[in-house]
Amino acid sequence: MMQSPMIEINSLVKRFPHKDVENRDAWKTAVDGLSLSVREGEIFGLLGPNGAGKTTTIRMLTMQTAPTEGRVFYDGKELREHERDIKRLIGVVPQHVNFDQDLTVGENMELHARLHHMGKAERRARIGELLRYVELSEVVNDRVRQLSGGMKRRLLIVRALIHRPRILFLDEPTVALDPQVRRRIWDLVRRMATDGVTVFLTTHYIEEAEALCDRVAIMNKGKLIAVGQPLELCRQMGSYTVEWDAAGTREYRFFPHRNEAADFAAKLASEEKVLVRRTNLEDVFIELTGRKEGL
Amino acid sequence: MLYDIWTVFWRDWVVLKRRMVKFLLSRMVAPMLYLVAFGWGLGRSIDVGGGSYLDFLVPGILALNSMNISFNSIIPVHAERVYHKSLEEYIIAPICPQSFVIGKVLASVLRGLLSSAIIVGLAVLFGARFTVTPLFLLVLVLNCVIFAEIGFWAAMVIQTYEEMGQVNTYILLPMSFLCGTFFSTNALPDVLRWFIELLPLTHTSGLLRCIGSGGDGAMGSVLVLMIYAVLCFFLGNRAFLRLRR
Repeated sequence: MMQSPMIEINSLVKRFPHKDVENRDAWKTAVDGLSLSVREGEIFGLLGPNGAGKTTTIRMLTMQTAPTEGRVFYDGKELREHERDIKRLIGVVPQHVNFDQDLTVGENMELHARLHHMGKAERRARIGELLRYVELSEVVNDRVRQLSGGMKRRLLIVRALIHRPRILFLDEPTVALDPQVRRRIWDLVRRMATDGVTVFLTTHYIEEAEALCDRVAIMNKGKLIAVGQPLELCRQMGSYTVEWDAAGTREYRFFPHRNEAADFAAKLASEEKVLVRRTNLEDVFIELTGRKEGL
Repeated sequence: MLYDIWTVFWRDWVVLKRRMVKFLLSRMVAPMLYLVAFGWGLGRSIDVGGGSYLDFLVPGILALNSMNISFNSIIPVHAERVYHKSLEEYIIAPICPQSFVIGKVLASVLRGLLSSAIIVGLAVLFGARFTVTPLFLLVLVLNCVIFAEIGFWAAMVIQTYEEMGQVNTYILLPMSFLCGTFFSTNALPDVLRWFIELLPLTHTSGLLRCIGSGGDGAMGSVLVLMIYAVLCFFLGNRAFLRLRR
């Protein structure tokens, strides 16, 4: 069954003024004609190397910066015409920790609830429920600066959920976290999706996208270069990969069938460390964005 | 919109309540020094046309203190914007942007008024004589509003903490001394006086001094302060909206 798009992005462009190498006024295009749609209830991942335009895209979608061109629709409503209605629909988990440093954990949660016009009884109940959910009830009266990195991340997520958003944006939700905390955050995101929340996340951790996302889009230099289910993207690249050492670099070739990959590997008997394996999303990502990106 | 203003104000009220004792004590130091040094010490040898210098000085101190406190109380918004990024929470919330500006300004006005109340109390203890009328309070509130709005605008447009300090150095500090706070602007050269009389603090000092001594106060000056308050609100609001460009 075809699901209706919860988010529809049409030809989104963002240009920033900057100084060029000769110190003249110029424009830098951070997002260049992005078009895609996200279905209700899916976990959608936006991947790309550093500087690809992921965060700028999320900032435009969450109304933190205005697009230079293009339109965005949420559940059929145009962003600029229904800004306040759409703000009620969305929850945002930023890449950086942006709590109010002068407030406690509970006060930060309460500020968010008040900004979303929740009544006293409702916000108290909801804050208590969410803090229990992420096992942070005991630190409700602590200043946020006293929390560990993992606790802050969990708190950022549940703060964004206080007003029961239908769409949750997560910008690099597990950046700089240890593997245990990362897995806990993944579980939390999966539970959100199970509860019917549409999740739009950006990440440059490929295993995160593979573990979580129903579909992914890959951006590079502001442009969308691929979109689809992770398995489908791997299939398009070739489901099997042969990799080997050659002249000091690792080489890769992709094949649609295992027997073709095995035949090719057999011809490389003289080469070092020949390996036949299934293609993964990281292969797709690197092939599409270029091996030298991020260096 | 009123609920949103209250929410923004509530955040600052929570922080102020927690620091109330520290806030009140720290606000006593500067006015106490002014009153002792200029009122009791230097003031004994100054003739201000019949009255005591202390009576002349108190409205000036009220004007400059309410300016400084209102301006400096709103400056942490700069850190919320640039360093902590906690301003994003308001930008993505379904609230009217003007509610944020008004809520922050009102919270700073409250601090300015609390601080002014301390000065009034100290001045009475020091033996100063002046009258507090509703118009006197209105002028004080307008002064707090204007400088809170200027502080808000600066916090929205200035990038570094060092540059924020320059606003203090180049704008507030000269006004503190030249706008009729410690001496009458009549003593200044005509060109300088003409310029200084355009500034809001000069009108506040003059009005507080006139009303405090039992006069009616020039309604033209009240109007000037109101125009400043409206203009500075638009300036601050525009700067806040431009954050999303």
